[in-house]
Parts: sequence; structure tokens; C-alpha cells
Amino acid sequence: MKNNLNHRFGMVIDLDKCTGCGSCMVACMAENNVPFRKDESDKLLSITWMRVFRLNNGKPFPETDICYLPRPCMQCAGLHEGHSPCVSVCPATATDYGMETGIVSQIYTRCFGCRYCMASCPYHSRYFNWWDPIWPDGMEKYLSPNVSPRMRGVVEKCSFCYHRYQLAKDKAFMDGGRELKENEYQTACTQACPANAITFGDLNNPDHAVHRMVKPDLEHGGRPQNPHAFRLLERLGTNPKVYYLSSRKWIRHAGDNYLKNEAKMKKPVHHG
Amino acid sequence: MKIGRREFLSFVIGGAAGTALSPLPWKLMDDSSIWTQMWPWTPVPENGEASYVNSVCTLCPGRCGITVRKIDDRAVKIEGMKKYPVNDGGLCLLGLSGLQLLYGPTRIKGPLKRSGKRGQGDWERISWKEAISEIVEKLGELREKGRPQSVGAISGSDRGTVPRLLERLLTAYGSPNFFRMASVRDSYELTLDIMQGVQALPGFDFENADFILSFGSDILEGWGSPVQMMRVNSAWKSAGVKVIQIEPRLSNTAAKSDKWIPINPGTEAALAMGLAHVIIKELLYDNGFISADTSRFDDWKQLVIDEYSPDSVAAVTGIDAGTIVVLARRFANASKPMAICGRGDGTHPVSLTECMAVHALNALTGNINKKGGIFAVSDPDYIHWPEIEMDSTAAVGMQHDRLDGAGSRKYPHSRYLLNRLPESILSKALYPLEALFIADANPLYTLTDTQDTGKAFEKIPLVVSFSSFMDETARHADLILPNHVYLERYEDVPMPFGMLQQAVGLARPVVEPQLDTRHVGDVIIETAKGLGGSVATSFPWKTYYLCLKETLGEKWQAMVVNGFWSGSKSIDQALKTSFDTASGKFEFVDPNTGLKPQFKPVQIKGDERQFPLLLMPYDSIRLAHGYIGDPPFMVKTVEDIVLKHNDVFVEVNPKTARAAGLNDGQRALLGTPLGTAKVRVRLFEGIMPGIVALPRGLGHTAYDDYLAGKGINVNTLIGPVEDPDSGMNAAWGIRAKLSKI
Repeated sequence: MKNNLNHRFGMVIDLDKCTGCGSCMVACMAENNVPFRKDESDKLLSITWMRVFRLNNGKPFPETDICYLPRPCMQCAGLHEGHSPCVSVCPATATDYGMETGIVSQIYTRCFGCRYCMASCPYHSRYFNWWDPIWPDGMEKYLSPNVSPRMRGVVEKCSFCYHRYQLAKDKAFMDGGRELKENEYQTACTQACPANAITFGDLNNPDHAVHRMVKPDLEHGGRPQNPHAFRLLERLGTNPKVYYLSSRKWIRHAGDNYLKNEAKMKKPVHHG
Repeated sequence: MKIGRREFLSFVIGGAAGTALSPLPWKLMDDSSIWTQMWPWTPVPENGEASYVNSVCTLCPGRCGITVRKIDDRAVKIEGMKKYPVNDGGLCLLGLSGLQLLYGPTRIKGPLKRSGKRGQGDWERISWKEAISEIVEKLGELREKGRPQSVGAISGSDRGTVPRLLERLLTAYGSPNFFRMASVRDSYELTLDIMQGVQALPGFDFENADFILSFGSDILEGWGSPVQMMRVNSAWKSAGVKVIQIEPRLSNTAAKSDKWIPINPGTEAALAMGLAHVIIKELLYDNGFISADTSRFDDWKQLVIDEYSPDSVAAVTGIDAGTIVVLARRFANASKPMAICGRGDGTHPVSLTECMAVHALNALTGNINKKGGIFAVSDPDYIHWPEIEMDSTAAVGMQHDRLDGAGSRKYPHSRYLLNRLPESILSKALYPLEALFIADANPLYTLTDTQDTGKAFEKIPLVVSFSSFMDETARHADLILPNHVYLERYEDVPMPFGMLQQAVGLARPVVEPQLDTRHVGDVIIETAKGLGGSVATSFPWKTYYLCLKETLGEKWQAMVVNGFWSGSKSIDQALKTSFDTASGKFEFVDPNTGLKPQFKPVQIKGDERQFPLLLMPYDSIRLAHGYIGDPPFMVKTVEDIVLKHNDVFVEVNPKTARAAGLNDGQRALLGTPLGTAKVRVRLFEGIMPGIVALPRGLGHTAYDDYLAGKGINVNTLIGPVEDPDSGMNAAWGIRAKLSKI
């Protein structure tokens, strides 16, 4: 498949470094005016654009191992550019694929809440507003004007902090229409991560760290050429823009589903 | 026309079918959903000019630099400050949620005076003038009666101008009872005092160490300065530095380490001694350092050789002898090995002998005061205030023993022993505490044995809280004089525990004070002035702002521009002053008391037959458990395997659960000698059999609906256990039982 995007913004999350602290989740909520309720313990209803999952190797004490896996929106390209699972089912064009950036948008005012996109998203990255957002008295003061608060009845999800891209582009335009530098557009989670586990940039740009880290094979659905890199549910062909790095095999294995009798899984190549 | 039964039914059914087939119901449903979406309560944030203000976050002892994004006069986002020595751009989830505290519903809107019973929540708004004169009157009265020593203050910290002003007020007034909240810092301070003869904080050169042996220190759960430690951990991953984590539970730190070695709880010191045994026996120690720079090594060596063979240590710790030998060799053969202690995130001290045993390992490898090792770092010396004027009342008051016994003949080296205060008040052994001031602390929630602490507080006639939030302690106070939130005030912030660099950050107002609050520094100064006499003259400043500016002197400008000031004192200088013992060398044995690094089991509470299990609190960085509780964003990150609705889960090994007849998710009764609580059981293979683990940070009774009433406060189930050598609370758990409901 051809790589015909100007930019292909993507993310690499190093699971060896990720400590599971959850700062990315909060940075995202604070940046994007994500609402909260009194009981958030039902995680199917809890709106978290970025959610840290906990993986377990399933072994008994003391061989047990756990690993945390932050999950933003994967910004899938699909089998051909723009054929993301959600974009292809949206009857209202409320979610669309950005041919400039590769980012999957969500336009709240167009969304009428049919939730087809939620059903089609294999990563559970999309959330529905079952209730109107309520900020306790006075807390509305911290809401950012760059991201519109959502009303009840619409779906929302991670936007790779698209408003930050817009702000950076505006600034670059005012500076004489120059190109954006790598550090000018970074998502809130990337910026906040205390462990520097998240790297963000343009996968199309060989100078960007994300490209160097995973060496995506852009002619073949962006498959990572770094043997320690993997994507979630790679075999679905969703072509996500979020890559994970892990030196542990069981974690890379946990990134996909396998049939019980699927005797031979692909052997990862080991580099040290 | 006659309407019979048949006609009537045809009409109703036909009408219903007709309506259903028409677009009307769908149109109405669509309209109503659109219409309700248009209701104006979905806010539209106002746009405006964006700006950034640098400050320092003081929500936890980690002390990160922050950059706050503003739209006009509203703060809209907190981000980590780039180039700040602690965090260089990263920020933890508590720091990121700070605006929910600034603009949140739990803030106290102005000075309050209790009007109902204590803890009932009936308050009367008073003016600042009334509030301060109320305090001045009470303090004046106690002083007149010649009992200035009966006034105390609990502070979250004792560093920086604000805690020092509070301490100064007490001293000038005539009370020795200034208390600091405890942490592993107390253990380290005491260890450095005894072994190196210095009054200093440990500074860990983590960047240059190449082998980390952590005796239960959860470096990724908040030990030290959380963001700094996570950054360091990532650097270790890139550089291939090995981290060995020793603790009974698979914490995040253990999961991220290169090797997790489960150990019988509370036996970490035995392992340290066992490692020392192998290192000494196999002559793997740094002979140059030991012979030239240490004293009484042979005294200690004898104890190590006689009592801590790998086999005997294996029996105590549950770690097999072979592993101990291999670990000792790996540690001693690394070029920059470092051993650290302090269980969990280090909110609680460890026993003195345990800290000494772990520190002795660093001495064995000679990794003290050199690159990649542990340094003794003294606080930057920037607070130079005029001598306190003491009148005779103050002098007499100051001669009293402290209520907590710190500095007494029994515990001569300890500086603060807040854990002993409740008992001291309840036993009436010394003298009563008649007024207590509390700043940056929530002792009614954070001290172990909440019940006893509460009873002791009941005995204090006047409790004054400076809290900005209606926390547990503020709720039980008589007067609340709310401080500005950190984003509204100036304050100097020294570098946190564990940092090598000597620097001081500047917290400054990001927004105007939102409510009728006042800087605690100003309240202290005004109170002193109100008291008059020598107390007033000891406070020559008009306002806290002027005091701070004058104190910082030339550094002020640099701090305003850079956000912090960094000392020039080099590491070499630290080296020269680091062994200030009588011998001028590192002391393996306390020359005064003969105390040696060794394993002394902490006698935790409870009878083994009645309580066959062990309850251990565990720390999670997603659950703040200091004087600040979780803001709503943080509660949202708490996993549903930790908290489901209002139920907290205890982690139990499946074997232990099976023995008690409990399944995953089942409700159970958790009992300890202090009380019982309803919990739910979560089977977890990452915990040793026989242990029940409960997270710290839940079970708030105060704060808002987003936090209050969720789970249980582990401190209600655990009591302090006094370390016989230091007086500190060395409890790492308590005996417990788990039964079906």
C-alpha cells in the first residue's frame, strides 16, 4: 500500500520504561476537558482517552510478572489510508481521517450517538457520554478553551491533542510559514510522562525519534522492523500509529490474540 | 355510532400501529435528544490570552518544578517545568491534577470557628482579625500562666522559611514542641548522624550508580522524589543498570526491576547482614576504604560472622542461601553498587538498626561520598535570621522535655517522634498539650492508629488548622485559618529528599487568591506581633513576602528569573565534612551506645494464633496518602481491581485465600487487633502466601464525594510500634485475619 500522507503522526511507548503511574491519563484529562463522576470504578463507563491497562503473565508466585500498557487512540489507517474501523462505519462523518496528518478526528456536533464506531473499534478507545458533564461549582474555571467540552449523547476519544497541532501550525504560519519542528507538536501525555516512556513524532520523517525507534515499513502497512516493537492486534490489519517496545517476549505476545491450537507463533528475533 | 368493545380495541390498536409507523415517535425522540443536548449547562470555556507562569508544586514531598498555562486570569493546565533540577519537564498525576484542588469544592472559603461539637461540621465564618485575635488571646493566656511549653505545632516539613517561621514562633514563645511528619528521612538522618557524625540528608548519586539493591524501597511508587526517580529508572533501563528489588509483594517497582526477590516481611535487615557476611567472608569489601576511613569495623565484623551465615539468614528471610551468596557477590563486584532502604514510598521510617545495616553495605563497598554513591548533603544554608529574643518565660518553657520524647535521654539523637505524641497526651506522663497548630499535615488521617490519635486530639483544648482543604484534621479543629493553595502563594522550596544538588526553588502565585485565605507565613508573623514583647521583636518583618525576599537576598532575582537558585557548593566540599564523628571516620558501631547494624525483628502487634495472617499496607502512586488526598482525576485512574464502587480489594495469594475459603471478588471481613473492616478479596499471584495487602490512601471521611467514603483507611487497622533504638514508628504491618462474611 502506498504511503501518501504528508505527515504520519505516531507514538512509540516503551513498556520497559513505563511505570504504570497513570500520569499520561491525568495529563490527557486535564488537557482535554475530560469530565469525571463521583463513581468512576465502572471502567466501561469511565471516560479515559488514554487508559493504562495492566497485563499479567498468568504465572504463579513467584514467577508472576505484570506490565502496564497505556492505550490512547491508535489512529488506525486501515488496509488503505483512511479505512479505519471507526471512520468506515460512521454514518454521520462525525469521525474522519486526516489526510494531512493521519489523525482520526471526532466532531462532536456531528455525532448523534449511534455508537457504531465504538462497536467497531477493536481497542475500546472510544467512549460515550451517557451523562452531561458536571464540574463542581467553580471547577469550570480550569477548562481549556482549546478543546470544547462534550455534551451528553456523543462519542469522544483521543485526538493526539490535535488542538496542539493547530496551535503549533498557527505559530509556524505566523513565523513565515515554516515547517514544524519535532518538539513543537507533542501530545500532553508525551510531555507529562515522568519516565519518558512516550515518544511522539512523524513516522514519515526519518529524522524523527519515532521513526528511528521502530523503523516502520511504510510500504507494508507500517509494520515495525525493530524486533522489540509491536502493535496491538497487528493481525487485524488496522495499521495503528501507536507502537510499543518491550524486551519481554510475553508482553509482545500479549499484544495480539492467538487461537488455542495455533501451535507456532511467530518467533521474535532477539537482538541482545 | 355505537362504540363497543371491538370498536374500541380496533381504534386503540390501530392508532398505536399508525403512530408507530409514522415518523412521529422517531422525530420526537430525535428532537428531544437534540433539544436536551442544547441545554446550556455544557460550558463553553472563554477564550483569552495564553500565558505561562513557573512555580514549584508542593503537593507532595517530591517538589517538582511546574509551568502553569493560563488563559487570561484562569489557570487551565499544569505542566512540568523544563530544566528544573528535580523533574525536567515530567510531572506526576497528583501535580497534574492540581487545578482540581485550586478550584475544587473542598477548599475552605475563609477563616472558620467551630460552632457545634467537634467534628460535626458546624462552622461560623469569622473575620481574619477575629481569627488571629482569638489565637493571640489563647496563647497570651497560656503564656501568662507560665505554660508556654503546652503549645505545639505539627508541620509537614521543617525545611524552608514557612516551617522555620512556625518553629521560630514556638521557640520565641517558649515551646519545644515543634513536630515534623515522619518519613524514612528520619531513619536516614539518624543513621548519618551516628555513622558519619553529620546532620545531613542523604544524597543518592543514582545517575552514576550501576547496581541498585533496594530493600523494599518502591522507587516507582513515590520513594524519594517520584518524578526524579522515574526519570532515573528510565536512564537505568537505557544504560543497563541492574535493579534488584527485595519485598514480599510484586509492586510496580518489583515488576520493573531486573530481579524481584520476595522476602519474609520485616526481615530486610537480616538479608543485609547476610550479604555483609558473604562480602566479609569472601573478602569482597573495599579494603582501602575500610582500613583507612572506618572505625570499629572489627567489632561489627565479629557479629556479622557469628550470627548471619547465609543458612541462618535463609531461615529468617525465606530466601535460599545460594541466592544470598550470589546476590552478595554481584553487589560487591559491581563498580558502583548502592543499597537503599525505606519500605514502600518511604512515608514511614524503618528501624534504626535496619537503616544502619543497609547503609553498612554501602560502607563495605566504600561507596560513600564518591561518584555513584551516597553523599551526606546538608541543607543549603540560606536562612540567616536574627537571634531569637528569649524572655524568661520562653527560656523556662524551652527547658521542658519535648512531649514526644525526642532528644530525651532515651532517644538522644531523634529529632521528631510524632508517633509518640498521642500516647504521651493520653498517658499524661509529662504535661498536657493545650493548643496545637497544624500546617501542611493531616495527622488524623495519616498517623497510624487513627483511633488513638483521635482520642488524643480530643484532649487538646484548642486545635488550629491552617489547611486549605476540609480534610480530616481540619474537620476536627476548633479554628481553621485557611492558607493560600500552593498556586496562590510565595514559598521557598528546598530540593527534596535524596537529591544531590543543593538548590532552592521558588513557588509563586500563579493566580490571585481565589478565596478569603491568608498566607500561613503572614498569620504567624501577625500572631507574633499580637503577642507582643520578645515574641514580637523576634519577628522584625512586616509581611511574609518581605521576610522571604530579605532572607533570599541576592538569590531572589535568580529565583524569579530561573524559578530556582542552585548552590555552588561542590561535591568535594561535601566530602570534607562528611565524616564528622569523634574518630573522624565512618563508624560501624555507635561509639556512645554500642549500637551495631543488625537485625532486630520489629515486634508487630497481634497474637499469631488469633491472627494467622499479616496485613501490610502498600503504596500506589495513583493514591495520594499524605496530607493531600486524591483529586477526582486521580481517583479516576484507580483500577477496578483496587476499588469497585466503595469497596476496596485486599490482595491475597490464591493459596491463602483458598485456605480461608475465599474466592476472587468475594466480600470478607479483615480483622486486626485494632479493628475490623469489610473488604473484597482479590487473588494475586504476586504476593507471598500469608499476607494481606491493603492500599494506603483510601477511606477518607473528609474531602468531597469524589473521594470520601471509598474504601478503608489502612491506618485505622494498624498501630505504631516503637523502635527501641530511635523511638520511631517501625511498624511495617500488623497481624490480621480474613474471614467470610
